[in-house]
Amino acid sequence: METSAVGTDLSMMLSQLLDGAAIHELHRLSGGASRETWRFEADGRPLILQRQRAGDDRDMLIEAGVVRAAGAGGAPVPALLDARRRDDGMAFMVLEAIEGETIARKIQRDPEFERARPRLVADFGAALAKIHALDPEAAPGLVETDQVLYYTGLLDDLGQPHPVLELVRNWLIETRPPSARSGIVHGDFRLGNMIVGSDGLRAVIDWELAHLGDPMEDLGWLCVKAWRFGGAAPVAGLGEYEQLFEAYEAAGGLSVDPAVVHWWEVLGTWKWAIMCIIQASVHLSGAARSHELAAIGRRVCENEYDLLMALEGRW
Amino acid sequence: MVAVAGPHDAPTAAELIESVREWLDRDVIPSTEGRLRFHARVAANVLGMVEREIELGPGQELAHRKRLEHLGVADDVELAAAIRAGEFADRAVELRAALAESVLDKLAVANPSYVNPD
Repeated sequence: METSAVGTDLSMMLSQLLDGAAIHELHRLSGGASRETWRFEADGRPLILQRQRAGDDRDMLIEAGVVRAAGAGGAPVPALLDARRRDDGMAFMVLEAIEGETIARKIQRDPEFERARPRLVADFGAALAKIHALDPEAAPGLVETDQVLYYTGLLDDLGQPHPVLELVRNWLIETRPPSARSGIVHGDFRLGNMIVGSDGLRAVIDWELAHLGDPMEDLGWLCVKAWRFGGAAPVAGLGEYEQLFEAYEAAGGLSVDPAVVHWWEVLGTWKWAIMCIIQASVHLSGAARSHELAAIGRRVCENEYDLLMALEGRW
Repeated sequence: MVAVAGPHDAPTAAELIESVREWLDRDVIPSTEGRLRFHARVAANVLGMVEREIELGPGQELAHRKRLEHLGVADDVELAAAIRAGEFADRAVELRAALAESVLDKLAVANPSYVNPD
């Protein structure tokens, strides 16, 4: 049980919100500079608190709106009990706690998930179809982000030369497919952000990167090599492209052009390379000193290798 | 008698790093768990990377300078800018070959097992 001042403040707030429920077992699961996830029990019911300090550039209430809309639309998400902003600027969500595993390597290997594994790719396809069928009006505040422009901006801000990433950027611009339809995109749909049980996918979490865009972005991102976590199969290291596309279409998703998903997979790999550079820069700038972050800078070349192979049609 | 780069005594920088990496592999990693063990593994990997860079770096630097010279640019900053400006549009095959060589050199230091031999 968290007994710090923060913990006491949060306990009191949660009890008031939840009709005077007794708050127990409050503890922090993870936290960054501006966001934290806490777990607790309210009258014995396991719940999750996500909170965001004032000043974060993302608005947690927009994210809460997407979670609410996704739940109403039948996508597997934790039930949203409350979301609001306090007078001191802190925004938060209270969500149902879903039991299950999020660690990719365990989902891919542990005997506990043996029955779940063969059906997970189909579960992912069906969940994506539900998400992409949502009416963008149901989640106000989402913006359309041009991914090539946005990540070019980040690359330029880093100020380091990356010739391979420039070559790929040209390719992305030259071969960009027309967008079928703009819809709600999860934005980080991959193992790590899925709660998986022995029976399959239970919930899609971490909606903070949700935005409007071509729904094919989510399918491509799920297939990026980094998200295979060492597995050989293209979709999350668990299954084949065809399984994903068939399940997605069968659940009412858009008709899939594999070439378009491939473009998004290349974009995702390029984007991940830039994210690796950013992670190393977090160490180099002194924001968070860590040899783990430093080492990620030297993983950029793995992405560059995959990207050159893709440009030659060899993946 | 073996000549060492003065003024330092043996071991060399690479041998010192190797000794620490061996200690991590032999004593630290087997006796730790969880995040500490993971971070000890990352540390051993990082040291391996530095050992390979000490060994391969000078040759790679020379090869890289030759590649840049061949492409007609002074450094990677100029190369990146020229690619973005479309200046290599008519030398695509040549450019890709040069970039592939650079990437393979980087992988030879960062993670030699990443490239499949087939």
